[in-house]
Amino acid sequence: MALTREQIAERLASVGYIADRELPVVLHLMDMLGRPLMLEGEAGVGKTEVAKALAAVHDTALIRLQCYEGLDQSTALYEWNYQRQLLAIRARESEHADPRAVEQDIFSERFLLERPLLAAIRRNDKPVLLIDEIDRADEEFEAFLLELLSDFQVSIPELGTIKAESIPRVILTSNGTRELSDALRRRCLYHYVDFPDVERETRIILARVPGISTSLALQIARMVEGVRKEELRKVPGVAETLDWAAALVGLDIANLHDDPEAVHETLRCLLKTKEDRARLTPEVSARLLGKVA
Amino acid sequence: MCCVPPEAADYSALGDAIVARVSDFMRTLRANAFAVGLKEGEDAARIATTPLAQRPTTFRAALKAVACARRSDWQKFDDIFDAFWLGRGMRRIVPFKSNAESAKPAERRPHTGAESEQRPAPSLGDQVSGEGADSADNTNPLARMEGASRAERLAETDFRKIHDPEAIAEAHALAARLARTMRTRRERRERARLKGRRLDLRRTIRRNISHGGVPIELMWRKKKRKPLRLVILLDASGSMSLYTSVFVRFIHGVLDNFREAEAFLFHTRLVHVSSAMREKDAGRALERLSLLAQGVGGGTRIGESLATFNRWHARSVIHSRTCVMIISDGYDTGPPEQMAAEMRQLALRCRRIVWLNPMIGWDGYSPKARGMQVALPHIDLFAPAHNLKSLAALEPYLARL
Repeated sequence: MALTREQIAERLASVGYIADRELPVVLHLMDMLGRPLMLEGEAGVGKTEVAKALAAVHDTALIRLQCYEGLDQSTALYEWNYQRQLLAIRARESEHADPRAVEQDIFSERFLLERPLLAAIRRNDKPVLLIDEIDRADEEFEAFLLELLSDFQVSIPELGTIKAESIPRVILTSNGTRELSDALRRRCLYHYVDFPDVERETRIILARVPGISTSLALQIARMVEGVRKEELRKVPGVAETLDWAAALVGLDIANLHDDPEAVHETLRCLLKTKEDRARLTPEVSARLLGKVA
Repeated sequence: MCCVPPEAADYSALGDAIVARVSDFMRTLRANAFAVGLKEGEDAARIATTPLAQRPTTFRAALKAVACARRSDWQKFDDIFDAFWLGRGMRRIVPFKSNAESAKPAERRPHTGAESEQRPAPSLGDQVSGEGADSADNTNPLARMEGASRAERLAETDFRKIHDPEAIAEAHALAARLARTMRTRRERRERARLKGRRLDLRRTIRRNISHGGVPIELMWRKKKRKPLRLVILLDASGSMSLYTSVFVRFIHGVLDNFREAEAFLFHTRLVHVSSAMREKDAGRALERLSLLAQGVGGGTRIGESLATFNRWHARSVIHSRTCVMIISDGYDTGPPEQMAAEMRQLALRCRRIVWLNPMIGWDGYSPKARGMQVALPHIDLFAPAHNLKSLAALEPYLARL
């Protein structure tokens, strides 16, 4: 059953993911058109969270493949368990077993190591397959993935072709460290995940940080928006915002204006490079704080 | 159609009209440099018949996901959608018309640079040729900020005089030699070999089935090699104008011969010129380049250009095996502190920086320009180059990088 846009939006909210307005439409389309979804955006805007939320919405498993340079079929798709195969051959040898039977046996399910892509294909509950940071994998893998995403079948020479039990919902994420091929881009639906606006970020903080007041959440969201507009090398993401909010709650700060010094000190935790820290002087944080009502 | 939601009963009657209108929209997108094909058209038509099409916001979100393939598309889409379906914003976009007067042959909009039309008021130095739109788009937000600079010369430098077949052939030959000699590196990915470092169990078993599984012939895995990527930043400012022509030819050769190479031109701002220079026909490539490089021949802002590069391009063009080649005389009109900071950043990202300076060839030259002074500590190879011959002499050094 395909969920309608409203149902998806509702369920996303109930699993604690505060989506922008367009995301539910896109997730609805994924099911309708049966196409993978490509998510792009800065690091830390919650691309991976989308996949987790989607799995929760449809109440299925999330299977994750983290890409890296040098990722190849045997780590992504399947591999034979060679050590066990060798042992099995040795064991049968002493029994003088029929060689055909031995061969049949060692290339059976028992000796197959399932890797994420194969696992996703063989499940029958339409799992969510998250292919994380596809831009880190190299071009060869991208081409292979393209083939898999169009047919959803894998051929293992010794076992034959394995067809997908159900087409998984595929989400690809990219940080833009490498330009992806046009073919892959065109196969996918596209959604750019931006930093949330103040209102959405406030709702995210309220949903994720227990025991925080609405007014403080709003102040934090405004402040972070200001920080993001500064010329920084690493712009703080949503995860950093949440950390900061948790820190402020932990320090019992109810209003940012009460303790500008602590705000400045904790705010620096959002910044991950030395240059950025140097740039965010007490004057800057006071100026930002001044803009927060 | 999305402004006036049709009654459910009207759906079938409206079906053809909707499809025609959607295909008009797809053509409008294509005219605006979107890569939408048949598949996207089909999907869009399907969406148009679902309840999603009843509200502009959901209809827009749905078509957006289908039609966009990258961030630049994503940013343009809303304006185009609003102009086409809701008739607001973007004064100058003229959508395709057909359906109503479908008896008439489809009326084609005169093909003007769709890219520049969308911008409210393109500044003079900000013109981009239609095909090169994608790559140039990345630099544009910044380029526009810097566009009204003091020193920018709006006259178009004529790259066409560079179009001398012999010289181009020579440049290509040199680049080809370089591409061959520049060493490749071993990477983490492995492939099977007869000799190697690690045993390849899978292939060993396959190969020894005929020996009853006794591993007699062993297969090994060996690291694959990865080619060097060359990123060239060419200074095209006034002080370099004598040499620009030589190096433009060289760049054309490099992009043609290296498996992986990118090229940028900078003067008062930075322009990504790879797509223009990849044109096989040298004449066309240079024509496109001269369009891209308007403003060439003014003052240099090396620091700012490097900042643009570090901020917007470095992440996608620099990988672990990249050599950055800067060709400049080092006369920077910007503050030396910025130059120093950006050079440091660049050096962090890539391990090899080559700086070719045409001035070194001159008698009595020493790198006294302030920009050059602060850049020197971060450079791996600092060498003279003022023509192709001197570049060829560098070959052994470049090959060792």
